[in-house]
Order: sequence, then structure tokens, then C-alpha cells
Amino acid sequence: MALSRSGSKLLKPISPFFSSAPSILSRSISSSNDSITVETSIPFTAHNCEPPSRSVTTSAAELQSFFRDMALMRRMEIAADSLYKAKLIRGFCHLYDGQEAVAVGMEAAITRKDCIITAYRDHCTFLSRGGTLIEVFAELMGRRDGMSNGKGGSMHFYRKQGGFYGGHGIVGAQVPLGCGLAFAQKYSKDENVTFAMYGDDGMGTAEWRAAKSPAYYKRGDYVPGLKVDGMDAFAVKQACKFAKEHALKNGPIILEMDTYRYHGHSMSDPGSTYRTRDEISGVRQERDPIERIRKLLLAHEISTEAELKDIEKEVRKEVDNAIAKAKESEMPHPSELFTNVYVKGLGVEAYGADRKELRATLP
Amino acid sequence: MSAGQISVPIVFRGPNGAAAGVGAQHSQCYAAWFAACPGLKVLTPYSSEDARGLLKAAIRDPDPVVFLENELLYGESFPVSAEVLDSSFCLPIGKAKIEREGKDVTITAYSKMVGYALKAADILAKEGISAEVINLRSIRPLDRSTINASVRKTNRLVTVEESFPQHGVGAEICTSVVEESFGYLDAPVERIAGADVPMPYAANLERMAVPQVEDIVRAAKRTCHRSVPLAATA
Repeated sequence: MALSRSGSKLLKPISPFFSSAPSILSRSISSSNDSITVETSIPFTAHNCEPPSRSVTTSAAELQSFFRDMALMRRMEIAADSLYKAKLIRGFCHLYDGQEAVAVGMEAAITRKDCIITAYRDHCTFLSRGGTLIEVFAELMGRRDGMSNGKGGSMHFYRKQGGFYGGHGIVGAQVPLGCGLAFAQKYSKDENVTFAMYGDDGMGTAEWRAAKSPAYYKRGDYVPGLKVDGMDAFAVKQACKFAKEHALKNGPIILEMDTYRYHGHSMSDPGSTYRTRDEISGVRQERDPIERIRKLLLAHEISTEAELKDIEKEVRKEVDNAIAKAKESEMPHPSELFTNVYVKGLGVEAYGADRKELRATLP
Repeated sequence: MSAGQISVPIVFRGPNGAAAGVGAQHSQCYAAWFAACPGLKVLTPYSSEDARGLLKAAIRDPDPVVFLENELLYGESFPVSAEVLDSSFCLPIGKAKIEREGKDVTITAYSKMVGYALKAADILAKEGISAEVINLRSIRPLDRSTINASVRKTNRLVTVEESFPQHGVGAEICTSVVEESFGYLDAPVERIAGADVPMPYAANLERMAVPQVEDIVRAAKRTCHRSVPLAATA
């Protein structure tokens, strides 16, 4: 079956970048919920399906919320980097900065009844599913106000009420779990879908070494697929909306999000042994997801430069406050060692390192 | 299964057990899991001497060997003799090493816990208890004769391991001693192991979930019927 290219003959690409400078006094004339149409950066590449249109409907309100949410995520990850270097975060820490468009775009296309499951680069996805900054920072620092009461750490964030199933340390283990979630949704016929996310690899094993075919969106020709610019939140939103409709009607579909992480794989990977610093700064310059939204906000005269800078300052303060509060949170109580081992302990005993010294009945 | 026609001379090596703050999916010690399987050999080096001699033996061995290292030990240095550095140095599989001789209590350990047991032995020595520390080196085949000979000498046993207690290496050692050397025991056998819970991330809970030197000291004192003040939990 031929690859179909997004209909470049049908739609003339509209440049959203006006040449006039936005005036400080002008407000967007339309109300913030009036619809605006934006074009994705590039057309979608499809495999065995008809790609969605490049034109995405949005609104001033959505643009502003994209900007704020992504700025918050960016700030949070950068702050986590400092906390790790200050040894307040231990063990593993995998940062998501650069990839914010995927979390934010996906969230805009789905509901909290749809499920998301991912691997260990999960801080921002947790946030987008309704998690709070304090829950993130307290968890990263192993304190009792953390999302998992301090017992999980960076790789183990979950939010069942938000449809977020984690948060998994073992590479690839989340994929069959995602299938399971999807099957459950299919059996209960509730018209919801699951997004099972996974990466192309860990620390820079070249894709030609790790994958039989790096054209991931074709996925060895098992299911239809779509290649998406993962640095464009609107492309992500459109693709996820398309994928949900497709999955509900025709079954599984693969979305290849062409995204980019600025940090190394984890805090123990400098991220510069398998790529050049020029590549990283190049992406930051040309494809940064937050910058894309900033340009759209300015071009559509929804916000001014000053307002956007204020939002960034606000977001920075929010993050700093959350960190300060998280630092005040205490370490978990020793009795927490024995909680949540079983759903119901039913009188089972468990032991500490010295079984004659420390034993407890599981709650 | 092939009446000996086909053998599997492979070595699987890698880190095993807890590192620091890596949480529930990255902290388990699988020595007991692998050692339950007939046909497998399971080695657990502690020092550089162990690592060099045992790995060579593993590679030369015609059977499948699981070689369990420890991430935190990668950064530790050990003194080695000229003999160890010699290119022909090799250690036998299935033989434990007596790291420190003693006469009052036998402490068995493997991997990182050998270091902890040696520290515990130092503390016990100051209190007049002479501990014999056995570095198991080989979990399967387990050197039951060295362990039993030691307990027949000291009459007391403390087993130490990082992994979960139930059906663990310590459980097998205790059983072997009770089966072979029951008459020689002057005190119940003692097991120090990881806490019977998934490894928590928070630093204070993690410390409670892995054996500490004071746990080993306390258990050894119990076997010597010394009264032990109730230790505060972390």
C-alpha cells in the first residue's frame, strides 16, 4: 500500500508569522475561546492509513495554556537537575525537557478516562494527568508528601484517577501492560483508549544497531502508523485525536513522535558522547516546543512579550515554592516500610533485616 | 537432556542486588532464584581476588554460570597479592573462603555483605567475641562442608544476605547446618537478610530495608547469649 503524503495539493500552507510587530496595547479582538486555526510544522507521514489534516483548530485560551503548561514542565525538569546535583534526589533521574509538546499535546486530545502508560521519563506526564508540583518534588526527594509517599522515586509516579498508569523502571515492560489496559477498555466497551508510550532506546545506541527498521511508524508493517513532529504540540494534538478515533474504529495504530530530549538519557549520562553540542543547540533554536507556541501567541497578538516573560517568572516562582515546601516535608515514618505490600495484609507477618528485632503484621 | 552430547558453556555476568536509591525494580538480589536451579552454577565475588579468579573459572567452566557482581563494589579497591595478579591465577568453583578465622561464631555472607560481616567481626572482637567470617563465593554449588566444619568448631551460626529472607541463601545454609551439625549447635541459627518488603526509595526506609553492620553484631551477640539492649529502629 502506498505511503500517502498529507494533501499538500489541497491546502496551501498558511504562514502564521505576520510581519508586523505586535503592539503592547492591542488585545486579541476575539474572545479567548474563539477558534483559531494553526498549521502543523510539516505534513503527517502515514503508513496504511489516511493522514489527518495539517490544519488544527485551537483557541487563544488553549494556546496560552499550552505555553504555561510547557513552561512549567520545563522549569520543573531543570529544577530537578539542580536538586539531583545537590544530592537531594538519589538513584535514577530521567528528564523530559525538550519533549513537553508530547505530554501537553496528547493531554489536549484525550480525556482523563483514556489511559496513558509510559516508562521512567515520567515526571511531566504525571503533571499533565493532574499531578501537582509538590507531589513531584517531595517524591523525588523521598518525602512523605510525595506521590508514592516517598517510596517510589523518580521512576514510579502513578495517578489512577487521572488515567496515568506509571512510571516503570524496566525498559519496555510498560508496553504489554498498556495492551492490557487497552483490552480492558475494549471489554468494557467504554469508548476510551490507551496510549502506551516507549522510546527508541536508552543511552544512544544508534537506531541502526538497535532496530531492525528505523522507520518506526511503519512498525514492521503490523499496524498502520503516523509519523508526527513531536516538537509541535498541535501536530501531537491532531495526531492523538486522529489515533483515538482510529483505534476505536479500526484497532491499534502506532504514532512515531519525532521528539528530542535536551538532557542525556539520565543524570549519569552527559548526553554528549553520541551527539554533538551543535545538534542540541540546533534543535533548541529551530524546533523548541515552547518557542513555537510563543511565536504563535505573539503572531496572533494574544499575548505580548512582556506578558509571556511574566508567565515564565510566575512559573519559576511556583516551582521554587513547591521545592521549598517539599523540602519541609518529612521523611516517611518507619512504619511505612510495611505498608502497601498487599492490598489486605490479612495478618501476614513481614520482617526487617533482623527478623528477631523488627517484625510487623502487614496492614 | 541430550545425554551429555550438548553442553552450554556460557557465562552471564552483571550487577545484582541493591545500589543506592534505585527503588523497587532495580534493587533485588537474584542469587537464591538462580541457585534453586539444578544445572546452573552461581558465583558471587566480593573482592578483586574473587572477581578475577572466579570469572576466569566461570569462563573455563563447561556449564552455564551466573556471575552476580555488585554495583557498589565496582568502586571499591582491595589489596591483591602477586599470586592473584599472575596470569595463571584461577579459583575453584564451589569452594568458600574463610576471610577471617574465629572460634566463637560463624558468620556466612556473600558479595557486599562480606565487607559488612568483616566490620561486624571487628566490633565483636572488641567485646571479646571472635567471629569467623566465611565468604561463600559460590552459591551453587554451595560449600556445605566448609560451612559445617566451621559451625562444628564455633557452635554458632549467623547467615547474612542482602536479598529477601524467605527461601533464600541463608535459609538453605541454616537447613544444611541443622541437618548435618545439629548436635554441635549451642544456640538457634540466626538469619540477617533484606527486609521482607519491596525496596523503598526514601533514604531512611531504604536503610531499614537492607542489613546494617549493627544487625549482624546484634544477631551474633544473641547466639552468644549476651544480652542486647533493644536497638532503636532508624
